[in-house]
Parts: sequence; structure tokens; C-alpha cells
Amino acid sequence: MSATSTILGPGLDDATKSEASLRRFLHGLPGVDQVGADARAAGLGTRSIKTTAKEFALDLAIRMVDLTTLEGADTPGKVRALASKAMRPDPADPDCPAVAAVCVYPDMVATVKETLGGSGVHIAAVATAFPSGRAALDIKLADTADAVEAGADEIDMVIDRGAFLSGRYQQVYDEIVAVKAACARADGESAHLKVIFETGELQTYDNVRRASWLAMMAGSDFIKTSTGKVQPAATLPVTMIMLEAVRDFREQTGRMIGVKPAGGIRTSKDAIKYLVMVNEVAGADWLDPDWFRFGASTLLNDLLMQRTKMKTGRYSGPDYFTLD
Amino acid sequence: MTSKFEYAPAPESRSIVDIKPSYGLFINGEFVDGHGKSFKTISPSTEEVLAEVAEADEADVDAAVKAARKAYDKVWSKLPGRERAKYLYRIARIIQERSRELAVLESIDNGKPIKESRDVDVPIVAAHFFYYAGWADKLEYAGRGNHPQPLGVAGQIIPWNFPLLMLAWKIAPALACGNTVVLKPAETTPLTALLFAEICQQADLPPGVVNIVTGAGGTGQALVGHPGIDKVAFTGSTEVGKAIARTVAGTDKKVTLELGGKAANIVFDDAPLDQAVEGIVTGIFFNQGHVCCAGSRLLVQESVADELLTKLKRRMSTLRIGDPLDKNTDIGAINSAEQLARIRELSEIGEAEGAGRWSPECELPSHGFWFPPTLFTDVTQAHRIAREEIFGPVLSVLTFRTPSEAVEKANNTPYGLSAGVWTEKGSLILSMANRLRAGVVWANTFNKFDPTSPFGGFKESGYGREGGRHGLEAYLK
Repeated sequence: MSATSTILGPGLDDATKSEASLRRFLHGLPGVDQVGADARAAGLGTRSIKTTAKEFALDLAIRMVDLTTLEGADTPGKVRALASKAMRPDPADPDCPAVAAVCVYPDMVATVKETLGGSGVHIAAVATAFPSGRAALDIKLADTADAVEAGADEIDMVIDRGAFLSGRYQQVYDEIVAVKAACARADGESAHLKVIFETGELQTYDNVRRASWLAMMAGSDFIKTSTGKVQPAATLPVTMIMLEAVRDFREQTGRMIGVKPAGGIRTSKDAIKYLVMVNEVAGADWLDPDWFRFGASTLLNDLLMQRTKMKTGRYSGPDYFTLD
Repeated sequence: MTSKFEYAPAPESRSIVDIKPSYGLFINGEFVDGHGKSFKTISPSTEEVLAEVAEADEADVDAAVKAARKAYDKVWSKLPGRERAKYLYRIARIIQERSRELAVLESIDNGKPIKESRDVDVPIVAAHFFYYAGWADKLEYAGRGNHPQPLGVAGQIIPWNFPLLMLAWKIAPALACGNTVVLKPAETTPLTALLFAEICQQADLPPGVVNIVTGAGGTGQALVGHPGIDKVAFTGSTEVGKAIARTVAGTDKKVTLELGGKAANIVFDDAPLDQAVEGIVTGIFFNQGHVCCAGSRLLVQESVADELLTKLKRRMSTLRIGDPLDKNTDIGAINSAEQLARIRELSEIGEAEGAGRWSPECELPSHGFWFPPTLFTDVTQAHRIAREEIFGPVLSVLTFRTPSEAVEKANNTPYGLSAGVWTEKGSLILSMANRLRAGVVWANTFNKFDPTSPFGGFKESGYGREGGRHGLEAYLK
């Protein structure tokens, strides 16, 4: 029934023809052995990234940050401050790169846009009844369209985990297709769509792999682990399963999809582990803010502190870096 | 804007180890000069000479056996189990305290990557001593009757692939059961055994309980043939194992042999493929493939063979070969020039017999002994590379159509040390485990070791078990 494009190739277009074929396809994906996946992720975490490699990784990680505030207490003042920081993360060092995007609720998009102007930093908005996704489809679509109209470059949607866990894959698929359509802008372009799985609720790696393929086939531009509101949020093994999915998807279709772990990544050390994983699992092509992002807030200051340490040889205290 | 993420060198510091210019033999709790010649031990990654080591002759071996006998009669066999346990616990703790030193020295002398000596070898060594320390005062519950007795003096010969780990597998159960030992480390990797001798001194182990005689084949023969030993424990090649069995035939020496292997790693079409790829890599490239239980034959179901090989090749391309002390090195140096020649010879035979050879692009260091990770496709049971143990980073890929064919091919070898089964189907794992003639069958993993788990072979892979409760049998009567 669904409005599938035919760019996926014969095998995958057939897979999305009906509820039954979608289920057959997703359940036919190779399983994930949890013990083995955890061991591989931990093994990649033991890579030792020093000196020039560390400098490279820190700068890249800063450029990949989606600087995020998603609080009920967000105010225009708060998001303006965050947007200023996004453009100039380290006021003391003009060479410090800007982050990739600022991520806020839809009602704050216009405010962020005023501050960011033409800086090149993107505006990402969470939509579709974030974080639970518990709303009627037309409300989710209105939420999305509202954010796009206000100037969001990127939409971070949540999937209906209830539908996914009860096996209604077609419903999840159709929702993603519909939200993707709602991302269209008047100028013919379309906001980039990131699809959040809330892997802490999906729980198994098999589910993460199935959700990844489901979202990619439905037309998402990015797949994202978590809202940050549920524990556990992003983990290394979950991100690895998603990186394997985008790697295999490109092999099959030629289309490249981005990956965004979000929530719980707080230190440079953690961020570097993720970059090593991107490099060795998906490949160097994904080592770019267009294809890999960190959904984070406190991470940025730790990256800046480590960066300053690399440049000056000295550690400085948190007082030398701006509060978000 | 994007450039490549090149990992800068991250070498572990060598300064923690203190390699002496020359080493004697460890007999009766002291380092003594040998009567024989000496030999050099080198670092296989640089060919740098590390130290001169004494080569024990028959008189030296005799002195070591006598010291072990005296320690057995006067001290060790008379100590209650709980007292023996205290020494073993102490040794285990010192190993943990000096783990970095042991790991660095092992990587220098053996050529294995520091991440393996640090994260695998040394932790399992300590775990082995802890585990058998726990048995020392509980031997009457080991299923060997109410009054199990030690055998006496054990002569132990270990290989170069896991110098310290094989030492632990031999010494820990022997001592726990009340035996004393004379151990000969391999000619190319004697240094960690000599550091272990220091640890014995540090632990105040009574003199003569552990004796270490360094040397080559001649020293080993003198030890095996010595009338004063009650037990021979050997890990190494099948050829030498057979010679040992001939030597001890007709004597009342007990023998355990842990010999070669040509293990099948069997991947079914419903396997978790990404993890299977990791298991294949661990199975054959761990420790440069210098593993007797290495998964050197990949048996893959034809329906997923292409997909699996694509994934495997991509994964092999990310393996990092080089300085064993670099923390990012995945594959270190081949242990000796002799072993490298053997790997090269068999690989050339594989090519000559028509198998498809493939290695990822990788730069090998100019000094030392190196061999790139290699796989051979279109291998059949008739190829020599599918039958003979290569003992290097070389994988032979065969295919099968049904579980029965997989079992037939897997068992069609003179060896039977280990096997791996990859499938999401539990019942298939159990039926395969029943039908595979191998001492260890790993399910959805490979090369996993634990002191509580017995290890040993079928057929020409040897007899006797090491590890676990079963491992006690080799040192009790």
C-alpha cells in the first residue's frame, strides 16, 4: 500500500509491499549474538588514540555535536545562549570549529534561527510528540510541519515503540514515510529526517537491527539511538549494530544513511571510542558531520577542555569554559 | 575537510621490564649457572638479541630433578592442602601485581600484541593459579576417592605460543595436588618463565618445588628420559608428542599430551553473521594463528558463503599488523624464522594446489618475522592446507551443504582438539556438539579459555585434560 520509492532495488522494494513481506524481511535479517556484539564493541573501546590522532578526533567530534537542550524549562534566553555557544564553542580560540547543529523543541526553532542566522550551524527540532510518540498521526505530522515551517533544517522524530514491539511494522513504516513527506519545504527541498528508535525501550539488538532497516527503507536520512529521556540511552554496542546496518544498506542500495547516538555520551574518551567504531565498522566515509552526529550537551565542554589541553599542554578548570 | 583517521603510535613502555644480559637455570630456589652451552633469545619483531640463556645439559636436568624430589619428599607432599593453597594464592596475587611487567616481557620475547598479553594471557594466568589454589585443600572432593595422592615429580615441557599461560596450566594444578615440578620453557621464549622463577622466590615458595631448566630439544629429552620423574606433561607438536610417548612407553611414568589441531569453525546460514566474522578472526588471527586450537578451517554453508566472505575480507582489512608493544596492534610478529619459513612453505603449496590466496593490503615491518593475515578460498579436503597444521595466520575456507556434510568434513582430520559452531538454533548446536570429535566445541564464540573448563584433544591432538576438575586427574593417583 505504502508510497515506496523504487530506489531501494528489487529485493527491498518487495520487502515493503505488505505487512507480511515486511515482517518476513525484518525477521529474515541475520540475528545478532548479544555476547559477541558486546565483546566486539568493548574490544574497539580499547584502541589507544594519542597525540595527532587525538587532536584529529577531538576536532571532528566537536564538529559532530548536535548541541541539545530539551527541557520543559527552556526559555528563549537559554536557547539563544546555546546557539551562541554552538557557533563559537571556545571563545578563547577562533580556530575552534563550530558544532553541527542545535537541537531544540519546535517552539524554540524560530528563536534559534534568529541567533544562528547564516552561520552554517543547522537547526534540528524534535517532533512527533517527542519523546514518547504517543499521539495521533495527524498531530505528529502537524508538529513536524510546524517545526519545518519555523526553519528547522533537521527533524528528529520518534518511532511508535508500542507499534514496533507489538509487531505492527507496517504502521511504523507508514508513519516514517508520512513524516518524511511532512518534512518537505515550500522551496522543494526537504528537512533531513532523523528517526529515533529509543533503543532503551526496544532492548534487544535484534530489534535495533530490524528498526534500523525499517527506518532506512522508509526513507530516513539518519537513524538515532535515543531521546535522552530513557535509560539506557546510547551505548557502544547499540551504535555498532546501527553502523553495521547503514554499512550493509549502502552495499545493497548505494544509499548512505547517517547515524546519531544520543544521550549518555559525556566524555571525550567516550566520544573517541565512538569515532574509532565508526572508522572500523562503517568505514572512514562516515567520519563526517553529514553522516555521524553526537546528540549531547555536557560532552562539548569536555571536548573543549581536552582540546585546550592538547594545544597548551595544560589542563584548565571548568570555569574557563562557558556554561550552556 | 575529511581526512583519514590515522591512529598515532601508542607504544606501551618497555621501561617496566629489566632484561638481564644473561640468565642461568632456576634449581632448588636459586639461579645457578648451567654446565652446558648457552643460547640467545631474540625479539621476533626486531631480531634484537634480548639475553643469553643457559642450555641445561643432562647433569643440570639431573640436579633439577633431584632438587624437586627432595622438595617433594621433605616439604611439599607433607604440607596440608590449605598451606599449599596459601603459596598458590600468593603467587597469583604477585602475578596480578606484576601483570604489566609480565605482559610487556611476554610481548617482547614472543612477538604477540600487548593487547593480548595484557588482556588475555596474563589475566588467565593469574586466574589459573587462583582457581587451583582453591582446589588444594578440597582434593578429596575431586571425584578421585577419599585420599587422592600426588604423583611425585612432574617433568613439564611447554611451547612458545603462550609461554606464561602454558606454564600456569602446567604448574598450578601440579602444585595444588602436591607434586613438585621441573619445567622446560620453549627455546625461543624462556624469559617469562625465568621471571616467574623470581616470583616464586618473592612468594617464598620452598626451594625445589618449582625448577626451571631452559634449553632446546636435547634438554627436553633429558627431562623426559630421566628416571627420577613420575609424570610427563607436554604441550607442543604432534611429532614431538609421539616421540615422548615412545620414550616413556614401558615405564610407569604418567603422561598427558596436548598436541596439534586443525579445527573446523562451522558457520550455518542462520548464524549471527557479524559475530561469526569476529569469531573467525579470533579463531585464526588471535596470537598470529599460533594456537593449537585455532579455527584454521572455516566451513561455511554454501548459501551464505559469498556474503560471509565479503564481510570477512572487509574485517580483515581493518586488522593492524606491527609493533607488538603498540596498544593498537592486532597482529604481532611470527615467533621465529623457522616458523615463518613453515608458514610460507605451506602457503605456497596452497597456491600451487590451486586455492585462491587473498590478503588485505598491509605494510609489514622491514625487520623481524612477519606474515600478513591470509585466507585461501576454494579449498577442498584434498588440499594440504586443509589437512596440515600451519600454525600461522592462514585460514582455509571450505563450504558445505548440510549439517551432516559439515560434521563429516570437520571430523575428517587426524586431529581433534577444538571446533566452533555458529547458528542461532540451540538444538543444532547441541546435536553438532555430540557429533563433532573434538575436545572443545565452542558455540557462537571461539578461543575462549577459562581455568574452570577442561581442555584437551581427541586422536592425534593428544590425551589427558588440563583445566577444571578434570585437570586434577593428571596430577593425582
